[in-house]
Amino acid sequence: MAEATQAYEVGRHPELPPPRSEVGVLGWLKHNLFSSPFNVVLTLLVVWFLWTVIPPLFEWMVLNSVWTADTRKECWARMAVPEDGACWAFIKGRIQLFIYGFYPHPLRWRVNLSFVLLVLAIVPVLYDKLPGRKYALWYAAAFPFIAGWLLVGGFGLTPVDTDQFGGILLTLIIGVTGISFSLPIGILLALGRRSTMLVPRVLCVLFIEFIRGVPLITLLFVAATMLNYFLPPGTVFDLLVRVLIMVTLFSAAYIAEVVRGGLQAIPRGQFEAADSLGLTYFQAHLTIVLPQALKISIPGIVNTFIGLYKDTTLVLIIGMLDPLGIGRASLADPVWLGLAREVYIFVALFFFICCFSMSRYSLYLERKLHTGHNY
Amino acid sequence: MAVVTGTGSDTRNPIARLWGNKKARSVIVQIVTMAVVFGVLALLYRNVVVNLAAIGKEFSFDFLNAPSAYDITFSPFIEYNSRSTHLRAAAVGILNTLLVASCGIVLATVMGFIMGVLRLSKNWLVNRTVYCFLEFTRNVPVLLHILFIHGLVVTQLPVPKQAMNFADSFFLTNRGFFFPAPVPEAGFWIVATVFAISVVFVIAFGRWAKKVQDETGRTYPVFWISTGAIVAATAVAFLAAGMPLSWEAPALKGFNFKGGVAIKPEFIALWLALSYYTSCFIAEIVRAGILAVSYGQTEAAYAVGLRPNRTLQLIIIPQALRVIVPPLASQYLNLTKNSSLAIAIGYMDVVATIGGISLMQTGKEMETMMIVMLTYLVFSLIIAGFMNWYNKKMALVER
Amino acid sequence: MSDVASPGSKPGFSSDVMIQMTGVHKWFGEFHVLKDINLTVHKGERIVICGPSGSGKSTLIRCINRLEEHQKGRIVVDGTELTSDLKHIDTIRREVGIVFQQFNLFPHLTALENLSLALIWVRKMPKAKAEEIAMNYLDRVHIPEQAQKYPGQLSGGQQQRVAIARSLCMNPKIMMFDEPTSALDPEMIKEVLDVMVELAESGMTMIVVTHEMGFATAVANRVIFMDFGEIIEQNDPHNFFENPKSDRTKLFLSQILHH
Ligand SMILES: Nc1ncnc2c1ncn2[C@@H]1O[C@H](COP(=O)(O)OP(=O)(O)O)[C@@H](O)[C@H]1O
Ligand SMILES: [Mg+2]
Repeated sequence: MAEATQAYEVGRHPELPPPRSEVGVLGWLKHNLFSSPFNVVLTLLVVWFLWTVIPPLFEWMVLNSVWTADTRKECWARMAVPEDGACWAFIKGRIQLFIYGFYPHPLRWRVNLSFVLLVLAIVPVLYDKLPGRKYALWYAAAFPFIAGWLLVGGFGLTPVDTDQFGGILLTLIIGVTGISFSLPIGILLALGRRSTMLVPRVLCVLFIEFIRGVPLITLLFVAATMLNYFLPPGTVFDLLVRVLIMVTLFSAAYIAEVVRGGLQAIPRGQFEAADSLGLTYFQAHLTIVLPQALKISIPGIVNTFIGLYKDTTLVLIIGMLDPLGIGRASLADPVWLGLAREVYIFVALFFFICCFSMSRYSLYLERKLHTGHNY
Repeated sequence: MAVVTGTGSDTRNPIARLWGNKKARSVIVQIVTMAVVFGVLALLYRNVVVNLAAIGKEFSFDFLNAPSAYDITFSPFIEYNSRSTHLRAAAVGILNTLLVASCGIVLATVMGFIMGVLRLSKNWLVNRTVYCFLEFTRNVPVLLHILFIHGLVVTQLPVPKQAMNFADSFFLTNRGFFFPAPVPEAGFWIVATVFAISVVFVIAFGRWAKKVQDETGRTYPVFWISTGAIVAATAVAFLAAGMPLSWEAPALKGFNFKGGVAIKPEFIALWLALSYYTSCFIAEIVRAGILAVSYGQTEAAYAVGLRPNRTLQLIIIPQALRVIVPPLASQYLNLTKNSSLAIAIGYMDVVATIGGISLMQTGKEMETMMIVMLTYLVFSLIIAGFMNWYNKKMALVER
Repeated sequence: MSDVASPGSKPGFSSDVMIQMTGVHKWFGEFHVLKDINLTVHKGERIVICGPSGSGKSTLIRCINRLEEHQKGRIVVDGTELTSDLKHIDTIRREVGIVFQQFNLFPHLTALENLSLALIWVRKMPKAKAEEIAMNYLDRVHIPEQAQKYPGQLSGGQQQRVAIARSLCMNPKIMMFDEPTSALDPEMIKEVLDVMVELAESGMTMIVVTHEMGFATAVANRVIFMDFGEIIEQNDPHNFFENPKSDRTKLFLSQILHH
């Protein structure tokens, strides 16, 4: 190292590169993988673990997989070693079922149209820089009703029975309905819980804590078995609607707690400022308090939505066929017996993609909040 | 009402004046809300009465004392058979819920803390691998994990005849995990007593060591001495009493193993799936909790000469726990509530017993669901109570 | 801040070398933070380090008690060389106290416990004795009445004084201060500086990173100016402020003296 011994004039020492062992591949390895004996052991363990898991998994999922076959027998016959690869042909052959459930074939354009409209409704919600976002948001608010009409029919469209809904369609229906309606209800509950009036406050607390205290499955059981007892005699209520109500109320209670957290984070001064401007309770909340509180609560709200989206699978327990339910039903098909892994991996990937994107989006918002908000 | 305090010169009509007064308005709103709520409740009540009468049902909990007429294959704590009552079935269910929830909580906590710490590791490979596992697992519904693990256990493990055999005593099969059951013999009480005494002794020793440290500054490796003392004393007593313990090994009888302790595949699947799913959330909580303690705390501790593990014990963990415990408690509650998905794989928890089969057999939807919900509400209340107590105890004193 | 009390005695240091840094280099990744640092500190010497933000002052003193690791050169503290040997690090940390800009008090412990913690766990003292010593030091920084309060209940100046006492009660041979008054409100700066001046008068070897020039003039034997990771200039306070040699020092002095 010639530089080390060289003397520089005071104040003119140049920036030197660090010793070779500190940077580059070597430095990276030293600092990131082998910084202590314990870390060396850990690294070797993980390498061994990955080496035993990843290559076989990759072979099974990709290299040895079969994409066209009509029975499991045929599928396995096409492999060099039977059972050595994934039989994606099974999923491929049932993809329609996974997407539409039992929605009547000739009417599936209505489902497709709803999907397109859904994407159009989501875009303005996600991107706040969209030109004309205000009108797009009105459309987004109206979307659940438009889609409801398209899917269920009536008013000029052929009616479709809701027990024919299934698969991803069903997941999206429950998820989108739950998400769109639980937010406003949750906000109202949060405001009620923070109200100075005793009666609304107690009611909101009771409701929120009751819902958060019991598992969703018990509420779905109530929806499935006994909700009709509470309705006027003779009322017949669609099962899907009952489930939608329960899921919405369930997630609203959780949203309420998230929003309450956001409201608590608003400094007292903001309320006092609003008061001193002579705004009424509703004006103050709509224009000053809620926008700020919601902004803080967005990550929590998105997390609640992710939870809700994953919880839609619970409807299979009361006999509705979401993708997981379709998958379980397909497993019973005698010509395709024994392909549970394929089904579970496919459904898992579907949920992973949806939920992971949502959580990434929430992370992105969180970062934006932290940087764009220097007060 | 004497709440109107407005000026006498207000010329609006009395109702408008009343409405203009904040206090009066609040009272009116509350009375109206109360009236509406009671109205709705009364309506619902009436509907229930009319509807039940129409199908000839009555609301009563009498069925709880009737024989249940169904079997529960997994009742490790209390005697149960098909002649037992529905009440007993409910008790079995509640205990099974508690069993899987507490086992799950233990495993999830251990896994969660390990993964949370690994996520903070400077080792890139470890960090990323754990991260990928966490992200994948927690973005997939827990029900899917449960079904998947259950499927694995049932289809991938061998039938009892070809059980995976460990030392002729432990058997892993698709009917469950079987291992020898300890059977105490005469004289076992000596061992038990010695064990109890040594535990008492160790607690006293811990107190004494603390006192010695306070008085003289000397520290002892309390943990190692205590563990050693308990193990040694118990072992000596065990040998001295002539090893008064025999093992009842499971043996293959017909199509399944008999004897020993059997852990059902449903329990294994539910327990594992709930544990690793919840542990992913716990890991994130632990990571955030440790990160919430600023690095300056570690530096300050190092600077006064504390070693890394003492720093962890005295500075980092006490502070991190304040951040970790409240969300941790709510994860415990989530795990308990998620254990209700047991019904999807036939583990007989409170939902599957009283809220499932009993409901079907008696048609008492309302009564059974009330019992189930009440069970979970009690769990929630207990955990919420603990959380309040902990927060009060631990709140940092600020100006 | 020119009203700092003058230290009574003249610098009376012997030739005992407390800290010897030779050819020390440090990098953060590719970034060369410390460049060929050569610095000798004698027993009883009081050194003030100043320089623009980001010039490496904190890094320099943090290297001395191994809160940062240097990659080249030697650092010897009171005869012990800093290597990755844990024993050496322990020894050196016992002899060197440091006070941080952000206090870094332990928020879950009372002021008294903040002080007695290390006495109990590092020095293995009986609790009563540790608390007695801790009380003594709290007395020395003039806040014995705050002993049972938590850091969150103390003002910034009080917190920093507890932090100073916490370091002192380990009985270090060298005290280092990293901008101890920068995070304080103006009215609290004096109470902390006063404590530091008293400490200087007691003959403690001190290295102080600060921009309090009044303190430097009154207390320091030597002022060091750092820029871009180098020691640009060092001199006794009088000559340093009156006849700075390098242009960068002049520029820096004009900037901090004019506001
Ligand atoms: N842990 C670190 N990682 C990377 N860069 C750092 C780290 N700590 C300090 N630096 C950089 O090193 C330089 C010197 O920092 P510091 O010693 O804190 O300066 P000073 O105390 O003189 O303001 C700065 O540019 C800073 O950004
Ligand atoms: Mg600094």
